[in-house]
Amino acid sequence: MSPRRAAVVAAWLCVLAAAGCIAARARYVTDLSAFLPSHPTEAQRLLVEQLRDGPASRLLLIAIEGGDAATRASLCAALGRRLRADREFSSVGNGAQISAGRDREFLFAHRYLLSDAVSAQRFTVAGLEAAMRETVADLASPEGLLLKSLVPHDPTGEMLHIVEELSRIPAPQTRDGVWVSPDAERALLIAQIAAPGSDTDAQQHAIEAVRTSFGAVLREAGRTARTVELRIAGPGVFAVASRASIERAVVRLSIASGALIVMILLALYRSLPALLLGLLPVATGALIGVAAVALGFGAVHGITLGFGVTLIGEAVDYSIYFFIQSARSSWKERLWPTMRLGMLTSVCGFASLLPSGFPGLAQLGAYSISGLVAAAAVTRCVLPQLLPRGFAIRDLAPLGARIASLLERAGAVRGAARWALALALAGAALAVLVVDRATLWDRELSSLSPIPPAEQRSYALLRADLGAPDALELVIVSGPSLEAVLEGAERTARALAPLIESKVIGGVDSPADYLPSLATQRARRASLPAAEVLRANLDRAAAALGLDAAQLAPFLADVQAARTAPLLEPQDLAGTSLAAGFGALVMHEGRTWRALMPLRAAHPGARARIDPAPIRAALSSLAGAAQLSVHLLDLKRESDALYEDYLHEAMRFSLAGLLGIVVLLCVALRSVARSARVLAPLVLAVLTVAAALALCRIELTLLHLVGMLLIVAVGSNYALFFDRRGPDRRGAGHGDLEQRAGAGRETALTFASLAVANLCTVIGFGLLSFSGVPVLVALGTTVAPGAFLALLFAALLAAGA
Amino acid sequence: MHLLAARRHGETSFVEQHFLKLLKRPTESYGELIYDAPDRLVKRTIEPRPETLSVSGDELTVQRGGRRRVLDLEAHPEILPFIESIRATLAGDLGSLERAFDVEFAGDLARWRLTLRPRAPQVAKTVSQVRIEGTRDTLLEVEILETDGDRSLMTLREHPAP
Repeated sequence: MSPRRAAVVAAWLCVLAAAGCIAARARYVTDLSAFLPSHPTEAQRLLVEQLRDGPASRLLLIAIEGGDAATRASLCAALGRRLRADREFSSVGNGAQISAGRDREFLFAHRYLLSDAVSAQRFTVAGLEAAMRETVADLASPEGLLLKSLVPHDPTGEMLHIVEELSRIPAPQTRDGVWVSPDAERALLIAQIAAPGSDTDAQQHAIEAVRTSFGAVLREAGRTARTVELRIAGPGVFAVASRASIERAVVRLSIASGALIVMILLALYRSLPALLLGLLPVATGALIGVAAVALGFGAVHGITLGFGVTLIGEAVDYSIYFFIQSARSSWKERLWPTMRLGMLTSVCGFASLLPSGFPGLAQLGAYSISGLVAAAAVTRCVLPQLLPRGFAIRDLAPLGARIASLLERAGAVRGAARWALALALAGAALAVLVVDRATLWDRELSSLSPIPPAEQRSYALLRADLGAPDALELVIVSGPSLEAVLEGAERTARALAPLIESKVIGGVDSPADYLPSLATQRARRASLPAAEVLRANLDRAAAALGLDAAQLAPFLADVQAARTAPLLEPQDLAGTSLAAGFGALVMHEGRTWRALMPLRAAHPGARARIDPAPIRAALSSLAGAAQLSVHLLDLKRESDALYEDYLHEAMRFSLAGLLGIVVLLCVALRSVARSARVLAPLVLAVLTVAAALALCRIELTLLHLVGMLLIVAVGSNYALFFDRRGPDRRGAGHGDLEQRAGAGRETALTFASLAVANLCTVIGFGLLSFSGVPVLVALGTTVAPGAFLALLFAALLAAGA
Repeated sequence: MHLLAARRHGETSFVEQHFLKLLKRPTESYGELIYDAPDRLVKRTIEPRPETLSVSGDELTVQRGGRRRVLDLEAHPEILPFIESIRATLAGDLGSLERAFDVEFAGDLARWRLTLRPRAPQVAKTVSQVRIEGTRDTLLEVEILETDGDRSLMTLREHPAP
């Protein structure tokens, strides 16, 4: 081995080892982060936070179906008991009143701090009389009778008032002691996972815990429960399912496309060393690509690895060109510049993805650029050093000659006629696109969602069953302390109250419903009158109503005790169901506290949207408070707007990438006309594919757009080879017979290598169409036919030129 | 009992008095009581405060001033004597009555009296007995005695035939 050869191979091995180390130590993620912006606005940041760790992201909605009602109810109750004992869940609700006793005790003990009816006016003669008249009327109904024993302590009905306020938060109906769906066919349970929503491992573990517990409950119940089934839905289930489907897709695709391409190459080369050598550029490119993404982004998204399959398609081309045509001694001088230009146009296309604010695209760009450069470099520098002496693969000239003769027939048609046909096709495709322009693009972020439709349906069903607020619209109050955001939440609730009256919204939940701010508690405590004042007022009010004031002595004592009782802090809620309700609506990170206030639609059940304008107007009256910010966040609208931003950005960047490719070609080929000839088949392929997708009623997403960029990037290789062939032939026409035969053989080899390379690309991308992951499917269905058409059009337009 | 069971539908007006030791005078309310076989009972109070209580199966719905609440009877057995005593009697459903109460029958068809004592200890804690008086297939009076000495008396009067 010559020193130079040894040096090249050693350098390559060192780079490989380094990249291997980086890739092995890289962090791989499969959550939503690939779809979330890297430089978010305040609203986007709140959006991302809510999607990742908000209370809704930690909810598991669970239903028990099948069997008879009594079996479902007893299983649901037993499952609830088990899950409540499991520390993985911060709260479990199924209608069973487990903590009702403690809740009542707590509410009763602190009623003068918790009731929003408490004010100085409440304890005047008129206030007491009005409140006690209500209480007396309540006693006439069976419901009021439940509270009768409380009346001597609570004649103004604060307890009933608190319970009624809390029960405004809607809950499903109860049958046999557990929540059931409106048609009573499913017993329901909600479990909140303690771990944050972004911790997919914890979510998966919690979901398994539910299944395990259900299995145990079933066994306890015995054989009668065999027909009963468990249904689990929720963001956690989505996260786990999408991670599984991405992982499955990546593994399956890598194996399948790898195997297919190995088989094709083996069939072609009929040489194991050639096959192994041929895979070196691809393997190096993939490894370097992963390492580059890990270095540049800190974490590699699973989707990026899926895209990586696409790299195989292009990188394998390099070794194919090399092997098939390297027999010629002039490879370095004649073929390599074309290959290099093809590689550079691809890099140019991918480079337009790099500045994208959509991390998924930026990663794809970085991965592809570094991978392609590495693959090309290995092909150019390392492969020639590794070729064994006397290396040869099967002669593919006959295959190329057959393709060439096919093209000869196309060449019989006059060039002008072919260009006219091409123009007609382009015109037709454009017409389709213009006609369909209104429905061309899918503008919802969910179009990129890797969540299987069945899971989405399950989730929608259980949400409707539980009558849960969608938590799609929420007001977020941010501030420097818990007290600040609780006060902010109270002011927000007051500002929104008129909108509840006017039915713009159905209601708003607030953490202050569970625990009022200290300021509010202090004000309520201060409004409680001194003993002698209260006694005098009570005597007069009781006389007016015919109440026996002597029996209300416990009330006087309780109010006096409340005047000096300490204010309530969050830890005082411990052990009650209020703690979960409060905890779900308060977030704390660093120095920032947030109170979450989900809005409920005025007409439950209907999927009517809440009109944001009056809400913003009401909230604007709150502006100006120190260190407090109040935002209305519409998760759906905000995430779709985010996606729309991505789409526009991607369009701009794609056009920039296209422009870059045009400039690069013009500079490299030193001719605008030649550049136009190279680009024409590519543009035609893109238009045809876009029109075909539109005709198939497939709404285009961001990834279709990226796919079109890839068609240009990959297709430019083909077009450049045909372009190179043109001048060659003209040159050969003036040479002697031997040169002419050589040129014919070269043409055949070019056709053969292009056909094989194209087949590999179509296989690589074609397999993506079957991945079941929407982003990969979109990419595959665009690039696979596009790459084929690019080659076909390039060949047809160049034939006989 | 089977005379009662034969009635499919009934409407009566009622006057109800509550004698509470908390109050020097009894409270008084009136309204109408509507029964549909087999298990639907609606008690509509008109004065002093409009309120509708309807029971169907195990579900109790309370409607008052635009607010509607649904309670599960099984979750609130304390309410049961106030509902089931009247409903099961109207339905002529001795089985249901005997499941919830010790039943004692006195008098004759022209003037009978049922004395019901709650069986469940949880219920017996608040209600000591329910007395129902009637003639043939018609209820006349329902009196509920609570353990703390409070009681309510409901007097029923058949609507004149329309």
